[in-house]
Amino acid sequence: MCLAVPLRVESVDGAVGRVSLGGVLRDISLVLTPEAQTGDYVLVHTGFAISVLDEKEAQETLALFAELEEASRAVEAADPRTTEGATAQG
Amino acid sequence: MADYEKTVQLGHGSGGTMSHEIVQQVFLKHLRDPLLLALEDGAVLDDQRWLEPSDGRIAFTTDSYVVRPLVFPGGDIGKLAVCGTVNDLAMRGAIPRFMSVGYILEEGLSLQTLDRVVASMAQTAQAAGVRIVTGDTKVVDRGSADGVFINTAGIGTVPSGIEISATRAVAGDVILVSGAMGDHGLTIMTQREGLMFGGSLQSDCRPLASLVQVMLRCCPDIHVLRDPTRGGLASALNEVAEQSNVGIEINELAVPVHDAVRAASELLGLDPLYVANEGKLMAIVPDKHAQRVLGAMREHPDGAEAAVIGRVVASNPGRVVVETLLGTRRIVDMLAGEQLPRIC
Amino acid sequence: MKYSDEYRDPGVARRLVDAITQAAKKRFSVMEFCGGHTHAIMRFGIRQALSSHVDLLSGPGCPVCVTANADIDAAIALAERPGITVATFGDMVRVPGSRSSLQEARSRGADVQVVYSALDAVNMAAADGDRSMVMLGIGFETTAPTIAASVKQAQAMGLCNYYVYSMHKLTPPAMKAILGAGEIKVDAVLGPGHVTSITGWKAWDFLPRAHGIPCAVSGFEPTDILSAILAIAESLNEPAAQRRVSNTYARGVTAEGNSVAKRLMADVFEMAPALWRGLGELPGSGLDLGPEYAAYDAKRVFEIGDLETTTADARGCRCSQVLRGLIAPPECPLFRHGCNPAHPIGPCMVSGEGACSAYYRYGGALD
Repeated sequence: MCLAVPLRVESVDGAVGRVSLGGVLRDISLVLTPEAQTGDYVLVHTGFAISVLDEKEAQETLALFAELEEASRAVEAADPRTTEGATAQG
Repeated sequence: MADYEKTVQLGHGSGGTMSHEIVQQVFLKHLRDPLLLALEDGAVLDDQRWLEPSDGRIAFTTDSYVVRPLVFPGGDIGKLAVCGTVNDLAMRGAIPRFMSVGYILEEGLSLQTLDRVVASMAQTAQAAGVRIVTGDTKVVDRGSADGVFINTAGIGTVPSGIEISATRAVAGDVILVSGAMGDHGLTIMTQREGLMFGGSLQSDCRPLASLVQVMLRCCPDIHVLRDPTRGGLASALNEVAEQSNVGIEINELAVPVHDAVRAASELLGLDPLYVANEGKLMAIVPDKHAQRVLGAMREHPDGAEAAVIGRVVASNPGRVVVETLLGTRRIVDMLAGEQLPRIC
Repeated sequence: MKYSDEYRDPGVARRLVDAITQAAKKRFSVMEFCGGHTHAIMRFGIRQALSSHVDLLSGPGCPVCVTANADIDAAIALAERPGITVATFGDMVRVPGSRSSLQEARSRGADVQVVYSALDAVNMAAADGDRSMVMLGIGFETTAPTIAASVKQAQAMGLCNYYVYSMHKLTPPAMKAILGAGEIKVDAVLGPGHVTSITGWKAWDFLPRAHGIPCAVSGFEPTDILSAILAIAESLNEPAAQRRVSNTYARGVTAEGNSVAKRLMADVFEMAPALWRGLGELPGSGLDLGPEYAAYDAKRVFEIGDLETTTADARGCRCSQVLRGLIAPPECPLFRHGCNPAHPIGPCMVSGEGACSAYYRYGGALD
């Protein structure tokens, strides 16, 4: 289960965080993530932050995607059956 | 009325002096049409000029408004009542001319709220060029209405050569929307549930007659117009697919949705395709005219974010198919029941 | 939307699909235990995108679908009592019990209030001291801590009119029941990303170690799910003894999870047997309020009595088989023949995350 959305913490007041996304603001409880700070992104589920998102891990995942993209392009470029490959070999 | 009388009371609906006072001091303060001010039992529309331009076809619509909360970012029930009526007429290509309004007031409704609603109704009617010429007021016991219920009827004239109907979509037609989906419904839902505060969620409530006239001048042969209100765009598309017996294919990424609506939808687990709009239309036009109509829409203030979202096809008649961002396809059915916020 | 849009890139998604078809040496099956995954897989058409190589099975991960009639009947009975307001998440409102649903009961005068957060229910209780507010505790490990927090909040506010009726269930016992029964072949498990942000991914270690099957913890965006299935495809190419849990939702999930949430759950709740639609009673699979919180426990405070609950699936409904992954929704004779979202017969069609509802809305046959 399930529906939790990543939102940015705009301000913290004790156990209450104000989060925003797309210009919409809402107060949520930080009781389950007392370590959350202004500027953090948290996963919000039914009005509670359940986890603080790890920016570094997020970037690593995106970097893996970029590598996947690179690797696929390289394979296509080398494959004579594709336009890229045919041109490269041409 | 005395200072202490700040709310609607049963006496205001009794037909006596209290009724007379509320009509004079609230309704007629804002609604100033000469036909209405005559306070006859019914309005006789005896000036023939209102029938032009037309080939004699009169469009006639009725609607009821029960929105809660009564006042919301971007409008209120008064504005909504005018826009909804005008838009129903506009969706048949009609020029809106006259409206009736029937108010059912709940005992205990704040007179200040009522005054605001009526003022808003008057302003919106003025801006939309439609005359409110006859009206009625009743009062019901506390608890029998949500503050205010409004019923309207609207009359318009249809210029010759305009044939707009949900049965006219044909394969090859292009499907356009006049702007972003989901603004009104998400605003109402978040206001009602106390879910959000602040931020930019606003109802898109507005009259569309002027936009439609611009579109028709550019292309008189528009096949279908629909305003996707209850049930959202998905339901409107399904109705057309069924009534025209055609398939509809839309590209999910092409449907415009404002960031705030997307965020609120994600948070509540709702799908913007099923959320009500009160200031948008969906148009189905022949392929050869699509780009020009789109251009005309974008130049109009109410169509600035207009977009092509899909096509009418011959396959899968009666069905609406969406192409997802992965390039896979899925069916989008009519809304069944209410969309409720979910946690899973 | 940051942390969302980047994981919906169509180009990346297509690359991941290609990578999965390359990595898969033969067809394999993956079961998900999370209604949110059922929904996302359907919404993005992932089943179709992978149909050549992967069978995606839906397990008992929709908390509403697995709620037994007895619990729904009890919620309705409470809502019908004068002086009680039942607060519930929207998901539960249309689910049929033995005879009725919360929505139907509301139309006859029962006091049912949809809330987005349990804290809203606490605030409503504080605002009206004359009414008893009973919050339905629905959901797995993602939601249980929030309900626990609401009880603590009510306690801190000194409220005497806030109660919880716990229907919370735990995910691992359901997984063990499905895998142990051996009714269907499951090659791998798609781990529920948000449950795991609470439990930590080590909670799924038993899957590779005791069952030899890999588990990849997955988020809910299309590239999250596809990355997880790719990790599974690669893991299946390894010998069983080397398979592990993969955490492909590392931005939201850690090994140990959320210790604050886990402590709060342990404080307020205790493990108890729970009745699951489709699976029967499973020991240690549910959560009830612990004895120190008896004053907030609707089950203890309100005498519910005999509700003449029926346990048999109504009218040929096959939700129990759908929930166990034995049949896909189109194989139920009632699917589209009497059972549809407008007129649902069983919970799998009512709930937005139910397998039948997802199939109906997203999986229709196309020319």
